Amino acid sequence: MKGLTKFLDSFGAILLAIIWVAPLLFAFWAATHSTSDAVNLKLFSPWTFDNFRVAWAGAPWLQYFVNTFLLVTVILVGQFILTTLAGFAFAQMDFPGKDFVFILVLMQLFILPEVLIVENYAMVSRLGLFDSILGVGMPYMASAFGIFLMRQSFKSVPIELHEAARIEGCGLLGILWRVYVPLAKPTYIAYGLVSVSTHWNNFLWPLIVTNSPDTRPLTVGLSIFGAPENGVDISIISAATMMSIAPLLIAFLIFQRQFVQAFLRAGIK
Amino acid sequence: MRLYSTTAGLGLAAAMAVGLATSASAETELTMYYPIAVGGALTEVVDGIVADFEAENPDIKVNAIYSGNYDDTRVRALSALASGEPAQLAVMFSIDAYDLIEQDIIIPFDDVATTEADKEWLDSFYPALMANGRIEGKTWGIPFQRSTIVAYYNKDMFRAAGLDPESPPKTWDELVEMGKALTTDDTYGLMIPSTGYPYWMFQALAIQNGKELMSGDGLTTYFDDPAVVEALEFWKSLSTEHGIMPKGTVEWGTLRQAFLEGQTAMMWHSTGNLTAVKNAATFDFGVAMLPANVRPGSPTGGGNFYIFKDTTDEERAAALKLIQFMTSPERAAEWSIATGYMGVSPAAYETEALKAYTEEFPPALVARDQLEVAVAEFSTFETARVREGLNNAIQAALTGAKEPAEALAEAQAAAERLLRAYQ
Amino acid sequence: MSANAKLKRRRQAIYGWLMLSPAAVLLTLFAFYPSVATLWSSLFSRGTRRNPSEFVGFENYSYLFEDPTFWTVVKNNLLYAGVTIPVSIFIALAMALWANGKIRARSFVRTAYFTPTVLPMIAAANLWLFFYTPGLGVFDQIGSLFGLPSVNWLGQPETALWAIIIVTIWKESGFFMIFYLAALQTIPEDLKEAADIEGASRWTYTRRIVLPLLMPTTLFIAVNAMINSVKLIDHLFILTKGGPSDASKLILYYIWELAFAFFDSPSAAALTILVIAVLGIVAAIQFLYLDRRTHYQ
Repeated sequence: MKGLTKFLDSFGAILLAIIWVAPLLFAFWAATHSTSDAVNLKLFSPWTFDNFRVAWAGAPWLQYFVNTFLLVTVILVGQFILTTLAGFAFAQMDFPGKDFVFILVLMQLFILPEVLIVENYAMVSRLGLFDSILGVGMPYMASAFGIFLMRQSFKSVPIELHEAARIEGCGLLGILWRVYVPLAKPTYIAYGLVSVSTHWNNFLWPLIVTNSPDTRPLTVGLSIFGAPENGVDISIISAATMMSIAPLLIAFLIFQRQFVQAFLRAGIK
Repeated sequence: MRLYSTTAGLGLAAAMAVGLATSASAETELTMYYPIAVGGALTEVVDGIVADFEAENPDIKVNAIYSGNYDDTRVRALSALASGEPAQLAVMFSIDAYDLIEQDIIIPFDDVATTEADKEWLDSFYPALMANGRIEGKTWGIPFQRSTIVAYYNKDMFRAAGLDPESPPKTWDELVEMGKALTTDDTYGLMIPSTGYPYWMFQALAIQNGKELMSGDGLTTYFDDPAVVEALEFWKSLSTEHGIMPKGTVEWGTLRQAFLEGQTAMMWHSTGNLTAVKNAATFDFGVAMLPANVRPGSPTGGGNFYIFKDTTDEERAAALKLIQFMTSPERAAEWSIATGYMGVSPAAYETEALKAYTEEFPPALVARDQLEVAVAEFSTFETARVREGLNNAIQAALTGAKEPAEALAEAQAAAERLLRAYQ
Repeated sequence: MSANAKLKRRRQAIYGWLMLSPAAVLLTLFAFYPSVATLWSSLFSRGTRRNPSEFVGFENYSYLFEDPTFWTVVKNNLLYAGVTIPVSIFIALAMALWANGKIRARSFVRTAYFTPTVLPMIAAANLWLFFYTPGLGVFDQIGSLFGLPSVNWLGQPETALWAIIIVTIWKESGFFMIFYLAALQTIPEDLKEAADIEGASRWTYTRRIVLPLLMPTTLFIAVNAMINSVKLIDHLFILTKGGPSDASKLILYYIWELAFAFFDSPSAAALTILVIAVLGIVAAIQFLYLDRRTHYQ
């Protein structure tokens, strides 16, 4: 009886897992076979890498990769600086108005940048940042989530360490840099991973504020490339899709454990 | 030291930011947004033509930006303008003209094409292709990637069904009759796409049924006219009553693939797909004008060149030069051969290249010949929204969510509400 | 209070505000000011060549309420939320229980569940397009092996939204699983042993002990899923563009369309304000709940 339930458990779990990766496997399979084999599901037809060649030639993918890479870097650097400073202020400083501002920050958790696209677009244009990578990244830099996370992390730093550094003659920023930042390293890694994977995958906002291949990130490039009007077929779309998800997917498969841990750490308050 | 490196980091970030936000400029620089709505690697063709132009005009630099389909391109070009980004010209829907004028962002070509030669050039195009761009007595758009709807059919299947491959259906009745003969367990007789640009296909049916969808001034729509309702009922009956078309909607984007895979014996599509079909077809296929009911007919379609208002005189002159280059008979012929779009002027069909091509491949002439019975594409003020309402009505009727009369009456009410402000 | 202490406090205040200011500036520019500006612009009519923009009070809102598309979109989004939230939570829970149990190929199973999380929604939509395309798609190909007729999943109003919903569930369940997994690992082993000694069945143990202990996590996930049901619309751009006849159009997509395809930003602003109001209510509920939780922690 117990053996049976155990078997059923394994069976169910593995079945679900297969269903869950099936779209990815099919896309991989379609990407490596000719279009007419793919749409006719000829499972044992010959392999080909032509689709990748055609897809690669069909759009400035290298530029898109560079754009996405720059974008996540700019956002990450901005977020680290801003959330570190703000998180530290909230965690260890005492000043009038702090609680009120903190509540304002928490409110931003619910005013999603996605919802404010119209006015944010107007703001980015006003700042002259339309169609620039900085324009794509800026609304996300002062992340309330990040500030909250850093505050929690800094709060757990023992005050003795702070005092010791102060006695050694460190200034406030010195203390922050030498004591708090190193101790919060796990939080930075976790937050960084979440941030990178979020913005690598972001679409709607970059769609609105980018206008040319020089700034378009991968997701927007992929959506334009795959648009039915572009006349590319399913195998080539699959190949392009595989190309654009490959870096993050491979990184995920290699650093799986850290990835999952990172999400856990960052998600649970 | 530590503090210093932190500030240095900030400085670096700021410097990077500045670097990312600005771009250099030198000679007369033109930014042109353009769409692609049919198959094939057409960005390469456009890039090639642009490169030729730059070689001939070293003082003009052109950034040609492919920005998706027609709707995407309008969005991209207008957001660029709204944000103060450079954009001097664009290829956009020929039917966007009313809205572009209303938003006061384009100039009439009469302002820039002032010499005798220029005026001659303005008159050199097929008049039917100028219809959408001539408003209030001025010319606002120059035809570039222009089409009509044509019927592609699989001759092999015609033969297999015992039909004459050289006489495709000429009337609605023949269409249904032949469609039935061509429909088998694996193949549909006909597919008319109903996503992407359903209003366009529908306009063809309405014209064939003897009724226009809108008035010439872009202020009134006739969606609830009995002849228009009948046209939609006919479209719907193709699947529900006659069973020669799939139920639900037919995807615009994948239809070409479906035709090439032999899933349908006939398809209605833009002539802009012709070259892509020709290159990929593994069977004998033909191209025909659309069948008639009360009369034959198809709307024109596709994209026109527009010049934006917020430009310097040098930029306007350079933009005009580029447009004249891209619509010259030789280029128009090259473009037509590469895509299947029409050569936009009679002169294009007199070029050696296109003459030779059409002799060897006569289907390339069908769209042009159809111009004689073609009418201007559906276009009103608030055109995107009015169109969306019509698209929804068509899809609702085809998918059985609403009766054709009811759906069109709603679309008419919505259009009247939207157009009230412009009366 | 000594002058020294006062000086110190003042310095703290200055430093505190200085450190806060970059974040405060950006939050103002991209969250607070835009919210207020949205509210403001939702009260003005759209300017055209003939009619310049003017103050119209709540007219944009009443236009919106007259617009049948608005109601369709709201209804769609309610269904979208109503299905994706509970189903994702249920699947995430099942995944977590399995991935936490002693089953075969556990690491493969975990990886498989979590993989969709690292894919962009656009890429996910492309993958699923291959399944849904009528005639050529995987579903139809498999169906035809069993003699089933071709189904136009994305092209009919009855199925289009469901096709969208399935992709969303596929995308987010694995992410939610992680939170359950973490919570499960904090449940002490001896609870299970005690239950075994009592002779409680596995079902009883799960229902009586595990589920109540997971309640806070479930609420946390529910709030996230709710936010996702507003936010996750990228795949619409690839799969249906909201069609056919608005059958799969969701609120955020409609906001985008109003603002950037129809250039009707006042209507978009009015709709945005309504969404913010709803999100605000959710926020208030969560704050209240969070307060309670921190209380007994």
